[in-house]
Amino acid sequence: MTKEAKGVRRRALLAAFPYTIPIFAGFWFLGLAYGMYMNASGFNFWYPMVMSLVVFGGSLEFVMVTILLGPFAPLATFFLALMIQARHVFYGIAMLDKYKGLGWKRFYLYFSLCDETFSLNYMLEPPPGIDRGWFYFFVSLLNHIYWISGSTLGGLLGSLVKFNTEGLEFVMTALFVVIFLEQWSKEKKHYTALIGLFASLVCLVLFGPDSFLLPAMGLILLLLLLFRKPIEKAGGLTLTADERTVDLP
Amino acid sequence: MNLTEQIIIIALCAAATMLTRFLPFLIFSDKKATPKYITYLGKALPAASFAMLIVYSLRNTELSGGTYGLAEALAIMVTCVLYFWKRQMLLPIAGGTITYMLLVQLVF
Repeated sequence: MTKEAKGVRRRALLAAFPYTIPIFAGFWFLGLAYGMYMNASGFNFWYPMVMSLVVFGGSLEFVMVTILLGPFAPLATFFLALMIQARHVFYGIAMLDKYKGLGWKRFYLYFSLCDETFSLNYMLEPPPGIDRGWFYFFVSLLNHIYWISGSTLGGLLGSLVKFNTEGLEFVMTALFVVIFLEQWSKEKKHYTALIGLFASLVCLVLFGPDSFLLPAMGLILLLLLLFRKPIEKAGGLTLTADERTVDLP
Repeated sequence: MNLTEQIIIIALCAAATMLTRFLPFLIFSDKKATPKYITYLGKALPAASFAMLIVYSLRNTELSGGTYGLAEALAIMVTCVLYFWKRQMLLPIAGGTITYMLLVQLVF
Protein backbone atom coordinates (compact mmCIF):
# COMPACT_ATOMS: atom_id res chain seq x y z
CA MET A 1 0.00 0.00 0.00
CA THR A 2 1.52 3.28 -1.05
CA LYS A 3 1.42 6.35 1.13
CA GLU A 4 -0.78 8.13 -1.39
CA ALA A 5 -3.42 5.39 -1.43
CA LYS A 6 -3.51 5.47 2.36
CA GLY A 7 -4.09 9.21 2.26
CA VAL A 8 -6.99 8.76 -0.18
CA ARG A 9 -8.64 6.27 2.15
CA ARG A 10 -8.01 8.36 5.26
CA ARG A 11 -9.52 11.46 3.69
CA ALA A 12 -12.56 9.47 2.52
CA LEU A 13 -13.04 8.03 6.01
CA LEU A 14 -12.79 11.46 7.64
CA ALA A 15 -15.21 12.92 5.08
CA ALA A 16 -17.71 10.09 5.56
CA PHE A 17 -17.74 10.01 9.35
CA PRO A 18 -19.77 13.17 10.18
CA TYR A 19 -22.65 12.02 7.98
CA THR A 20 -22.92 8.75 9.90
CA ILE A 21 -23.29 10.29 13.37
CA PRO A 22 -27.14 10.11 13.41
CA ILE A 23 -26.90 6.47 12.31
CA PHE A 24 -24.47 5.82 15.15
CA ALA A 25 -27.05 7.09 17.67
CA GLY A 26 -29.87 5.15 16.07
CA PHE A 27 -27.96 1.91 15.53
CA TRP A 28 -26.48 1.82 19.01
CA PHE A 29 -29.90 2.31 20.50
CA LEU A 30 -31.66 -0.22 18.26
CA GLY A 31 -28.67 -2.57 18.33
CA LEU A 32 -28.49 -2.52 22.12
CA ALA A 33 -32.22 -3.17 22.31
CA TYR A 34 -31.90 -6.03 19.84
CA GLY A 35 -28.91 -7.58 21.62
CA MET A 36 -30.70 -7.37 24.97
CA TYR A 37 -33.79 -8.94 23.43
CA MET A 38 -31.71 -11.85 22.13
CA ASN A 39 -30.02 -12.18 25.50
CA ALA A 40 -33.38 -12.24 27.27
CA SER A 41 -34.55 -14.91 24.78
CA GLY A 42 -31.68 -17.17 25.85
CA PHE A 43 -29.08 -16.51 23.15
CA ASN A 44 -25.52 -15.49 24.02
CA PHE A 45 -23.80 -12.51 22.40
CA TRP A 46 -22.41 -14.55 19.49
CA TYR A 47 -25.88 -14.72 17.95
CA PRO A 48 -26.63 -10.99 17.62
CA MET A 49 -22.98 -10.41 16.62
CA VAL A 50 -22.93 -12.94 13.79
CA MET A 51 -26.45 -12.10 12.62
CA SER A 52 -25.65 -8.38 12.50
CA LEU A 53 -22.48 -9.17 10.56
CA VAL A 54 -24.04 -11.41 7.90
CA VAL A 55 -27.64 -10.13 7.67
CA PHE A 56 -27.28 -6.44 8.61
CA GLY A 57 -31.01 -5.76 8.59
CA GLY A 58 -32.76 -4.84 11.81
CA SER A 59 -36.35 -5.79 11.03
CA LEU A 60 -35.44 -9.31 9.87
CA GLU A 61 -33.05 -9.84 12.78
CA PHE A 62 -35.78 -9.04 15.29
CA VAL A 63 -38.12 -11.53 13.57
CA MET A 64 -35.35 -14.15 13.52
CA VAL A 65 -35.40 -14.33 17.32
CA THR A 66 -38.89 -15.83 17.13
CA ILE A 67 -37.91 -18.04 14.20
CA LEU A 68 -34.86 -19.43 16.04
CA LEU A 69 -37.04 -20.26 19.04
CA GLY A 70 -39.57 -22.13 16.89
CA PRO A 71 -39.42 -25.40 14.94
CA PHE A 72 -36.86 -25.85 12.13
CA ALA A 73 -38.58 -24.71 8.92
CA PRO A 74 -35.90 -23.70 6.40
CA LEU A 75 -38.08 -23.13 3.34
CA ALA A 76 -40.71 -21.07 5.14
CA THR A 77 -37.93 -19.07 6.81
CA PHE A 78 -36.28 -18.33 3.49
CA PHE A 79 -39.49 -17.01 1.93
CA LEU A 80 -40.42 -15.03 5.01
CA ALA A 81 -36.97 -13.42 4.90
CA LEU A 82 -37.40 -12.63 1.20
CA MET A 83 -40.72 -10.94 1.93
CA ILE A 84 -39.40 -8.88 4.82
CA GLN A 85 -36.36 -7.79 2.81
CA ALA A 86 -38.06 -7.27 -0.56
CA ARG A 87 -37.81 -3.47 -0.35
CA HIS A 88 -34.04 -3.72 -0.82
CA VAL A 89 -34.68 -4.49 -4.50
CA PHE A 90 -35.86 -0.87 -4.82
CA TYR A 91 -32.60 0.36 -3.30
CA GLY A 92 -30.52 -1.79 -5.61
CA ILE A 93 -32.33 -0.37 -8.65
CA ALA A 94 -31.90 3.20 -7.37
CA MET A 95 -28.16 2.72 -6.77
CA LEU A 96 -27.33 1.13 -10.15
CA ASP A 97 -26.17 4.48 -11.54
CA LYS A 98 -24.38 5.74 -8.45
CA TYR A 99 -22.43 2.56 -7.79
CA LYS A 100 -21.51 2.03 -11.45
CA GLY A 101 -17.79 1.64 -12.10
CA LEU A 102 -16.72 1.33 -8.48
CA GLY A 103 -15.00 -2.03 -9.02
CA TRP A 104 -14.77 -4.61 -6.23
CA LYS A 105 -16.16 -2.14 -3.68
CA ARG A 106 -19.59 -2.64 -5.24
CA PHE A 107 -19.78 -6.11 -3.73
CA TYR A 108 -19.56 -4.65 -0.25
CA LEU A 109 -21.72 -1.63 -1.18
CA TYR A 110 -24.62 -3.85 -2.30
CA PHE A 111 -24.02 -6.31 0.54
CA SER A 112 -24.46 -3.56 3.12
CA LEU A 113 -27.38 -1.75 1.48
CA CYS A 114 -29.75 -1.48 4.46
CA ASP A 115 -32.47 1.21 4.76
CA GLU A 116 -30.23 3.75 6.44
CA THR A 117 -27.13 3.20 4.31
CA PHE A 118 -29.23 3.42 1.16
CA SER A 119 -30.85 6.67 2.32
CA LEU A 120 -27.50 8.28 3.16
CA ASN A 121 -25.53 7.11 0.16
CA TYR A 122 -28.31 7.97 -2.25
CA MET A 123 -28.48 11.51 -0.94
CA LEU A 124 -24.75 12.15 -0.49
CA GLU A 125 -22.21 13.25 -3.03
CA PRO A 126 -18.61 12.99 -1.87
CA PRO A 127 -17.05 16.40 -1.16
CA PRO A 128 -14.64 17.70 -3.83
CA GLY A 129 -11.34 15.84 -3.96
CA ILE A 130 -12.71 12.81 -2.10
CA ASP A 131 -12.69 9.41 -3.81
CA ARG A 132 -16.28 8.34 -4.63
CA GLY A 133 -15.84 4.62 -4.09
CA TRP A 134 -14.03 4.92 -0.78
CA PHE A 135 -16.47 7.57 0.48
CA TYR A 136 -19.54 5.35 -0.06
CA PHE A 137 -17.55 2.36 1.16
CA PHE A 138 -16.77 4.05 4.49
CA VAL A 139 -20.32 5.35 5.01
CA SER A 140 -21.48 1.73 4.58
CA LEU A 141 -18.70 0.24 6.71
CA LEU A 142 -19.15 2.69 9.60
CA ASN A 143 -22.90 2.00 9.69
CA HIS A 144 -22.22 -1.73 9.61
CA ILE A 145 -19.72 -1.41 12.49
CA TYR A 146 -22.19 0.64 14.57
CA TRP A 147 -24.85 -2.01 14.12
CA ILE A 148 -22.56 -4.97 14.91
CA SER A 149 -21.00 -3.28 17.96
CA GLY A 150 -24.37 -2.09 19.31
CA SER A 151 -26.04 -5.48 19.06
CA THR A 152 -22.99 -7.32 20.42
CA LEU A 153 -22.83 -4.96 23.37
CA GLY A 154 -26.56 -5.45 23.99
CA GLY A 155 -26.03 -9.21 23.97
CA LEU A 156 -23.15 -8.90 26.45
CA LEU A 157 -24.85 -6.51 28.82
CA GLY A 158 -28.16 -8.35 28.68
CA SER A 159 -30.66 -6.92 31.07
CA LEU A 160 -27.97 -5.57 33.41
CA VAL A 161 -28.41 -1.98 32.43
CA LYS A 162 -31.56 0.04 32.43
CA PHE A 163 -31.38 3.63 31.34
CA ASN A 164 -34.19 5.83 30.24
CA THR A 165 -33.85 5.86 26.48
CA GLU A 166 -37.59 5.80 25.88
CA GLY A 167 -38.30 7.51 22.58
CA LEU A 168 -34.73 7.37 21.23
CA GLU A 169 -35.95 5.10 18.45
CA PHE A 170 -37.43 8.23 16.88
CA VAL A 171 -33.94 9.11 15.62
CA MET A 172 -34.53 6.76 12.68
CA THR A 173 -37.86 8.39 11.81
CA ALA A 174 -36.21 11.82 12.01
CA LEU A 175 -33.41 10.63 9.71
CA PHE A 176 -35.91 9.41 7.12
CA VAL A 177 -37.90 12.66 7.41
CA VAL A 178 -34.78 14.80 6.82
CA ILE A 179 -33.69 12.70 3.84
CA PHE A 180 -37.24 12.86 2.47
CA LEU A 181 -37.19 16.66 2.79
CA GLU A 182 -33.74 16.85 1.22
CA GLN A 183 -35.08 14.92 -1.74
CA TRP A 184 -38.29 16.96 -1.77
CA SER A 185 -36.50 20.30 -2.00
CA LYS A 186 -34.43 19.10 -4.95
CA GLU A 187 -37.35 18.02 -7.09
CA LYS A 188 -39.31 20.27 -9.38
CA LYS A 189 -42.43 18.16 -9.02
CA HIS A 190 -43.30 15.85 -6.17
CA TYR A 191 -45.33 13.13 -7.88
CA THR A 192 -43.09 10.23 -6.92
CA ALA A 193 -42.82 11.27 -3.26
CA LEU A 194 -46.60 11.69 -3.06
CA ILE A 195 -47.17 8.33 -4.74
CA GLY A 196 -44.93 6.70 -2.13
CA LEU A 197 -46.73 8.42 0.71
CA PHE A 198 -50.19 7.70 -0.65
CA ALA A 199 -49.54 4.02 -1.49
CA SER A 200 -47.90 3.35 1.89
CA LEU A 201 -50.69 5.00 3.89
CA VAL A 202 -53.49 3.30 1.94
CA CYS A 203 -51.85 -0.10 2.36
CA LEU A 204 -51.12 0.54 6.04
CA VAL A 205 -54.83 1.19 6.61
CA LEU A 206 -55.91 -1.78 4.49
CA PHE A 207 -53.36 -4.41 5.55
CA GLY A 208 -52.20 -3.31 9.00
CA PRO A 209 -48.70 -2.56 10.32
CA ASP A 210 -47.35 -6.11 10.01
CA SER A 211 -48.10 -6.82 6.38
CA PHE A 212 -48.50 -3.54 4.51
CA LEU A 213 -44.98 -3.32 3.09
CA LEU A 214 -45.30 -5.78 0.20
CA PRO A 215 -48.67 -4.47 -1.06
CA ALA A 216 -47.35 -0.92 -0.69
CA MET A 217 -44.33 -1.78 -2.84
CA GLY A 218 -46.58 -3.36 -5.44
CA LEU A 219 -48.85 -0.31 -5.51
CA ILE A 220 -45.87 2.07 -5.75
CA LEU A 221 -44.44 0.13 -8.71
CA LEU A 222 -47.83 0.01 -10.40
CA LEU A 223 -48.52 3.74 -9.99
CA LEU A 224 -44.99 4.76 -11.04
CA LEU A 225 -45.17 2.67 -14.21
CA LEU A 226 -48.75 3.72 -14.93
CA PHE A 227 -47.95 7.43 -14.68
CA ARG A 228 -44.49 7.20 -16.24
CA LYS A 229 -45.34 9.43 -19.22
CA PRO A 230 -46.90 12.33 -17.26
CA ILE A 231 -44.19 12.13 -14.57
CA GLU A 232 -41.34 12.23 -17.08
CA LYS A 233 -43.05 14.94 -19.11
CA ALA A 234 -43.58 17.17 -16.08
CA GLY A 235 -39.95 16.74 -15.00
CA GLY A 236 -41.04 15.09 -11.80
CA LEU A 237 -37.91 13.03 -11.40
CA THR A 238 -34.98 13.60 -9.13
CA LEU A 239 -32.13 15.64 -10.47
CA THR A 240 -29.03 13.86 -11.66
CA ALA A 241 -26.07 13.42 -9.38
CA ASP A 242 -24.08 16.42 -10.61
CA GLU A 243 -27.10 18.72 -10.34
CA ARG A 244 -27.43 17.85 -6.70
CA THR A 245 -25.67 19.78 -4.02
CA VAL A 246 -25.65 18.69 -0.43
CA ASP A 247 -24.88 21.07 2.34
CA LEU A 248 -24.47 18.86 5.34
CA PRO A 249 -22.41 18.94 8.54
CA MET B 1 -33.40 -26.37 17.10
CA ASN B 2 -29.82 -27.59 17.45
CA LEU B 3 -26.75 -25.56 16.57
CA THR B 4 -26.51 -26.88 12.99
CA GLU B 5 -30.14 -26.02 12.34
CA GLN B 6 -29.64 -22.56 13.80
CA ILE B 7 -26.64 -22.00 11.54
CA ILE B 8 -28.71 -23.09 8.52
CA ILE B 9 -31.51 -20.67 9.49
CA ILE B 10 -29.09 -17.75 9.90
CA ALA B 11 -27.37 -18.59 6.59
CA LEU B 12 -30.72 -18.75 4.79
CA CYS B 13 -31.79 -15.38 6.18
CA ALA B 14 -28.45 -13.88 5.10
CA ALA B 15 -28.84 -15.44 1.65
CA ALA B 16 -32.39 -14.10 1.23
CA THR B 17 -31.22 -10.63 2.24
CA MET B 18 -28.30 -10.72 -0.17
CA LEU B 19 -30.57 -11.91 -2.95
CA THR B 20 -32.79 -8.82 -2.52
CA ARG B 21 -29.80 -6.46 -2.33
CA PHE B 22 -27.81 -7.90 -5.25
CA LEU B 23 -30.68 -8.74 -7.61
CA PRO B 24 -30.73 -5.50 -9.67
CA PHE B 25 -26.92 -5.48 -9.80
CA LEU B 26 -26.83 -9.09 -11.00
CA ILE B 27 -29.50 -8.58 -13.66
CA PHE B 28 -28.33 -5.23 -14.99
CA SER B 29 -24.57 -5.50 -15.24
CA ASP B 30 -22.32 -2.67 -16.39
CA LYS B 31 -21.76 -4.29 -19.74
CA LYS B 32 -25.17 -4.16 -21.33
CA ALA B 33 -27.28 -1.03 -21.36
CA THR B 34 -29.89 -0.80 -18.62
CA PRO B 35 -33.48 -0.85 -19.97
CA LYS B 36 -35.13 2.57 -20.10
CA TYR B 37 -37.91 1.71 -17.65
CA ILE B 38 -35.36 0.53 -15.06
CA THR B 39 -33.44 3.81 -15.40
CA TYR B 40 -36.76 5.57 -14.92
CA LEU B 41 -37.56 3.47 -11.83
CA GLY B 42 -34.08 4.13 -10.46
CA LYS B 43 -34.91 7.83 -10.47
CA ALA B 44 -38.56 7.54 -9.47
CA LEU B 45 -38.17 5.03 -6.64
CA PRO B 46 -35.99 6.91 -4.10
CA ALA B 47 -38.49 9.64 -3.20
CA ALA B 48 -41.24 7.02 -3.02
CA SER B 49 -39.02 4.76 -0.90
CA PHE B 50 -38.16 7.54 1.57
CA ALA B 51 -41.90 8.22 1.99
CA MET B 52 -42.46 4.50 2.50
CA LEU B 53 -39.68 4.34 5.11
CA ILE B 54 -41.23 7.20 7.10
CA VAL B 55 -44.58 5.40 7.14
CA TYR B 56 -42.79 2.12 7.95
CA SER B 57 -40.94 3.61 10.92
CA LEU B 58 -44.22 5.06 12.24
CA ARG B 59 -46.36 2.01 11.47
CA ASN B 60 -47.06 1.16 15.11
CA THR B 61 -48.18 4.66 16.12
CA GLU B 62 -51.48 4.53 17.96
CA LEU B 63 -53.94 6.96 16.42
CA SER B 64 -57.07 5.87 18.26
CA GLY B 65 -55.60 5.78 21.72
CA GLY B 66 -52.47 6.47 23.73
CA THR B 67 -51.18 9.86 22.63
CA TYR B 68 -53.16 9.79 19.38
CA GLY B 69 -49.92 10.22 17.45
CA LEU B 70 -49.49 13.70 18.88
CA ALA B 71 -45.89 13.18 20.04
CA GLU B 72 -44.92 11.87 16.61
CA ALA B 73 -46.67 14.75 14.81
CA LEU B 74 -45.05 17.40 17.02
CA ALA B 75 -41.58 15.86 16.74
CA ILE B 76 -41.89 15.65 12.94
CA MET B 77 -42.96 19.30 12.86
CA VAL B 78 -39.90 20.31 14.89
CA THR B 79 -37.71 18.25 12.54
CA CYS B 80 -39.22 19.97 9.47
CA VAL B 81 -38.95 23.49 10.92
CA LEU B 82 -35.31 22.95 11.91
CA TYR B 83 -34.54 21.49 8.50
CA PHE B 84 -36.02 24.39 6.53
CA TRP B 85 -34.39 26.88 8.90
CA LYS B 86 -30.85 25.49 8.89
CA ARG B 87 -30.83 23.26 5.79
CA GLN B 88 -28.56 20.70 7.31
CA MET B 89 -28.93 17.23 8.69
CA LEU B 90 -27.74 16.77 12.25
CA LEU B 91 -29.62 19.58 13.97
CA PRO B 92 -33.13 18.62 12.75
CA ILE B 93 -32.53 14.95 13.57
CA ALA B 94 -31.25 15.77 17.06
CA GLY B 95 -33.97 18.37 17.66
CA GLY B 96 -36.78 16.10 16.53
CA THR B 97 -35.51 13.16 18.56
CA ILE B 98 -35.02 15.18 21.74
CA THR B 99 -38.50 16.68 21.31
CA TYR B 100 -39.97 13.21 20.97
CA MET B 101 -38.05 11.84 23.97
CA LEU B 102 -39.10 14.74 26.19
CA LEU B 103 -42.71 14.37 25.09
CA VAL B 104 -42.99 10.63 25.70
CA GLN B 105 -40.98 10.70 28.94
CA LEU B 106 -42.32 13.84 30.61
CA VAL B 107 -45.57 14.96 29.01
CA PHE B 108 -47.53 11.94 27.88
